[in-house]
Amino acid sequence: MKLLRNHRAGLDGFINYGLVLVFYFIMQFLQNGGNLTSTFTSQLVPICVYMIMAISLNLVVGISGELSLGHAGFMSVGAFSGVVASASLMESVSSAPLRLALAILIGGIVAALAGVLIGIPVLRLNGDYLAIVTLAFGEIIKNVINCLYVGLDNAGLHISIKSAEALGMDTAGKLLINGPIGAAGVTRISSFFSAIVLLLITLFVVQNLIHSRSGRAIMAIRDNRIAAESTGLNIIKYKMMAFVTSAAFAGMAGTLYALNLSTVVAKKFDFNTSILVLVFVVLGGLGNLRGSMIAAALLTILPELLREYQEYRMLVYSIILILVMLITNNDTLKDMKQRAVMKIKTVLNGSNKSTKAKQAGGAES
Amino acid sequence: MNKTKLVNLPSDYQIPERDSDKTPILEARHLGIDFGGLTAVDNFNMAIGRTEIAGLIGPNGAGKTTVFNLLTKVYQPTRGTILLDSKDTAGMNTEQVNRAGIARTFQNIRLFDKLTVEENVKVGLHNSTLYNMFDGILRTPRYWSKEKVAHERALELLSIFDMQGMANQKAGSLPYGAQRRLEIVRALGTNPSLLLLDEPAAGMNPSETAELMDNIQKIRDTFMIAIMLIEHDMSLVMNICEGIAVLNYGKIIAKGTPEEIQANPAVIEAYLGKQKEDE
Repeated sequence: MKLLRNHRAGLDGFINYGLVLVFYFIMQFLQNGGNLTSTFTSQLVPICVYMIMAISLNLVVGISGELSLGHAGFMSVGAFSGVVASASLMESVSSAPLRLALAILIGGIVAALAGVLIGIPVLRLNGDYLAIVTLAFGEIIKNVINCLYVGLDNAGLHISIKSAEALGMDTAGKLLINGPIGAAGVTRISSFFSAIVLLLITLFVVQNLIHSRSGRAIMAIRDNRIAAESTGLNIIKYKMMAFVTSAAFAGMAGTLYALNLSTVVAKKFDFNTSILVLVFVVLGGLGNLRGSMIAAALLTILPELLREYQEYRMLVYSIILILVMLITNNDTLKDMKQRAVMKIKTVLNGSNKSTKAKQAGGAES
Repeated sequence: MNKTKLVNLPSDYQIPERDSDKTPILEARHLGIDFGGLTAVDNFNMAIGRTEIAGLIGPNGAGKTTVFNLLTKVYQPTRGTILLDSKDTAGMNTEQVNRAGIARTFQNIRLFDKLTVEENVKVGLHNSTLYNMFDGILRTPRYWSKEKVAHERALELLSIFDMQGMANQKAGSLPYGAQRRLEIVRALGTNPSLLLLDEPAAGMNPSETAELMDNIQKIRDTFMIAIMLIEHDMSLVMNICEGIAVLNYGKIIAKGTPEEIQANPAVIEAYLGKQKEDE
């Protein structure tokens, strides 16, 4: 039992991997049996994308304790750099999965750079400045990409912020990002399988980060900044680590999302999307990766399930949100859950351990 | 009451005789800070020997905690110098001062509430648990070996206060006394050469205070470090402190051994006498 408690963190992690795999196999099974509607099938990649977004935002909001309101901005940066990367690599890398992996990597790196740019000035300050700056960042990115033109021809990439003509491409040139029209004619190379793989990688990195010395430092700074400083922790370094890691995964999720669609517009990654992801995190529990993952999955599917009640869809959606908030914060229910867990533990102790465990259980009760 | 003899340094500061063959661990010279027009601490001079238990006492609002905040650079001093192990700490921040060897506890307890007791101590061990972010993510052999060492060291440090049994509890859910003790353990984890304790006995009953007294001496004897404490409990201060400084209105009004302090008319007038009237 002691061993189990010491490795509780690891066990928790394995439950999360298991849940993702179970989700994957159930969906595969349903899909093969033809039990999934086409709209539902098309939601599989977005579900994974939002789960990744929720996990990465939880690293900033729940673990590091900073409020970020522009997570969709990083997603957007990742999405468009991923689209450009994928198109540029079209000829040199023929294998679609490899090209997808490279595009995701590039999307993640570009988003991480954006995270560094924002983090360096803002994370030096105490207080809620990050919320304000990330809010602005999301809007700025949206507007910048709205007037960004990127084209590709034999001479390489052309970038302009005026018009498509200003790119000066030769006749064989292909327009990758066309200002407000966005990226059209994207080759769709994302798949449910690749989304699950990226989700598992995200879980692996974030969970292992949290349960290392860096994660402890990040959470210590969240709990008490002055004490953390007096204990010899480099505050800025660890805040940056959480923020940039989070931005990188948001970027990767963005690439995955964009390469699942044939047309990507900057407007998709607006303030509403940032708030949606924040809702997943808050609803699932701050610092609770599994909770935010489940919340992301359910709330992405929910509008689809409510399709029958077309007119009342958003009404039901918001009522469900309110109910979940009320229920998860109910002390009586929390008590009941705790008692149930205790009971299960005592039963487990009694059944598969020696008499020693039984004695311990008896002494407890 | 202990009978340590204090000796005068060339700089006219006093440290215990047994530490006099080495330079003092801490020397504060003409330290002062102003908040706007208010002078909170002025002309604070003090030296602490390598293995001394020093006391800083004074009425409420005298500026004792401000002195701690100056020494740990939570506030940057307006005037004066702080020599830690003969090195000037000017330009250092709180984090660097800790790495240089000063650890502290807080008057209003500051633990990492949502972390477990063991994790709190491991945060204290952060700068001696050396592996990088990628070792942590990829769980390299270095991660496992360093974490194992940190785990064992954390339990060893917790055993000073017999707290190993609480290792897996959340720090925020501990009883008050245990929280105070955990703060000391966390501070010891940073491997300090000077430990600052801000009212370690606050809120403790007489038997707990007596136990704490033994433990402070035990810590000094085991780790051979200097300890400076702010305390209102006179039995504790007079029993374990070797050199005492009395602060009033931001200025030192008396320094010396417990006997000297107790006999000092200025102290009796400013502090002890006043306390008698209150009683």
